[in-house]
Amino acid sequence: MRAIQASEVAKKVIREEPLFILDVRNEDAFKDWKIDGKQVRHMNVPYFELLDGIEEIEDSLPKDQEILVVCAKEGSSIMVADMLDEEGYSVAYLQGGMKAWSEHLEPVKVGDLKSGGELYQFVRIGKGCLSYMVTSDGEAAVVDATRMTNVYSEFADQLGVKITHVLDTHLHADHISGGRKLAEAAGATYWLPPKDAEEVTFNFAALEEDASIQIGKTKIDIQPLYSPGHTIGSTSFIVDDSYLMTGDILFIDSIGRPDLAGLAEDWVGDLRESLYSRYQELSEELIVLPAHFMIMDELNDDGSVAEKLGVLYERNHGLNIEDEEQFRELVTGNLPPQPNAYQEIRQTNMGKVQPDEETQREMEIGPNRCAVR
Amino acid sequence: MIQTDRMLDAKGLACPMPIVRTRKAMKDMLEGQVLEVQSTDPGTVADLQAWAKSAGHHYVGNVQEADVWHHYVRKADNGELQEKKYPVTIMNEQLTDKLREPNTVLLDVREPTEYAFSHIPGALSVPLGQLEEKAAYFDKNQNIFVICRTGNRSDMACQTLSEAGFEFVTNVVPGMSGWNGDTENTTGGTK
Repeated sequence: MRAIQASEVAKKVIREEPLFILDVRNEDAFKDWKIDGKQVRHMNVPYFELLDGIEEIEDSLPKDQEILVVCAKEGSSIMVADMLDEEGYSVAYLQGGMKAWSEHLEPVKVGDLKSGGELYQFVRIGKGCLSYMVTSDGEAAVVDATRMTNVYSEFADQLGVKITHVLDTHLHADHISGGRKLAEAAGATYWLPPKDAEEVTFNFAALEEDASIQIGKTKIDIQPLYSPGHTIGSTSFIVDDSYLMTGDILFIDSIGRPDLAGLAEDWVGDLRESLYSRYQELSEELIVLPAHFMIMDELNDDGSVAEKLGVLYERNHGLNIEDEEQFRELVTGNLPPQPNAYQEIRQTNMGKVQPDEETQREMEIGPNRCAVR
Repeated sequence: MIQTDRMLDAKGLACPMPIVRTRKAMKDMLEGQVLEVQSTDPGTVADLQAWAKSAGHHYVGNVQEADVWHHYVRKADNGELQEKKYPVTIMNEQLTDKLREPNTVLLDVREPTEYAFSHIPGALSVPLGQLEEKAAYFDKNQNIFVICRTGNRSDMACQTLSEAGFEFVTNVVPGMSGWNGDTENTTGGTK
């Protein structure tokens, strides 16, 4: 029996390798979210059904493939994996359980910048959050950081760059931002869109449309572009004239939802304006880098989530609804359930409450639900 | 303080141990008895409920005090599957009107824990095991309605009262499991 790290499972999922998962959490937890992947097969049997042995499920277990046992934290999966091991199965357990899976960030290089820098995407594969690091000339900017801030710090150390700017595209409602914590630790400037930050309890630098942010001496520009709709302050960034970071306004296969910070009815007009007018004026060659993905199909072969703006205008249904009424109906009539604890998450991101780490973890449980399709 | 038959301390234990210990403790208990499990792992809340459901036990509820959860689980009672024998019954829906009549009393014969988490306002708690002893205090001319969770313990209680000479006794079915009216919870916890 061996322990498998979340990073190894992430690589298997990205490479679309076959994986058999015996998930021993209770049925409700399993139904809410699980490890997804094109070649992943699941079996869900709660650990407390297996305390007397595994005989009853033996007929359903593969004999010629490794079985990955998964639970919430790892304790129960070790117990069940031990039993399978004794019966001669090839078996492994997920170290740290779904907690580790939810918190794992897989760094993927998106590309080199024209004047010498690099752009990395951090894929939070268990939750669908995407964050970014732009490096240039010994400096780095981090965009939409998750609360696992040590990942960015360590990554920057490995690259030998210093984090000087930390940016959030908007006030997040589905996950806790690590922006402020990371900026404080690195001595960097923390940037927020002022219209999303009216109630925040800490100091920040205001993202204004005509003031670009420079990373390193070689001048990598991050140009803020006001693009409201998901939140009133939502701001996109054009990086190095080549990449468009869209936050939660535009995804690869869907568009942002306008109801998490206010009323869908009020912001649907802004959302349409951003998607159908402001983005339309930009170059079709820009590569869109969103803050989320919803389904594994949105991942490219290398694990990155990125596509040309021109391609999205051809393929993304949310960008191809000519009738304004029909658009209004799609984004206000079809809304998925709201993310777990989204009000508390917003309060946390404004600095109004300071839950401990375990509570933050609980708040983020489950899939993100920031899009309408 | 909620009265139970036994307490299991699972504080500080991580999954799967709270369930493993609970399961073992339950084996030594009598049918219908209530076990209190104290735990600190938040995952225990959902898992104990799911385990109890799968094992046929009744998860009565829990109370959280600081970092400690107090869970209350009642051991499966095979008597609950037996056929009801006492002939005089009314449906839940008729009970509210009956209780407005003079000279009536409602006895709740479930365990004190079950009563504490949810009972009909005004109901008297008389656990089935104490009924014979307490029957001496009741007025034989009163209209007595008896309720439990699913109508079985109350069926036995009605028989006991009837044998003791009470003539105006009625079993309420199906009982609290199907009750949609007002309830009181004196625990401060959740069902």
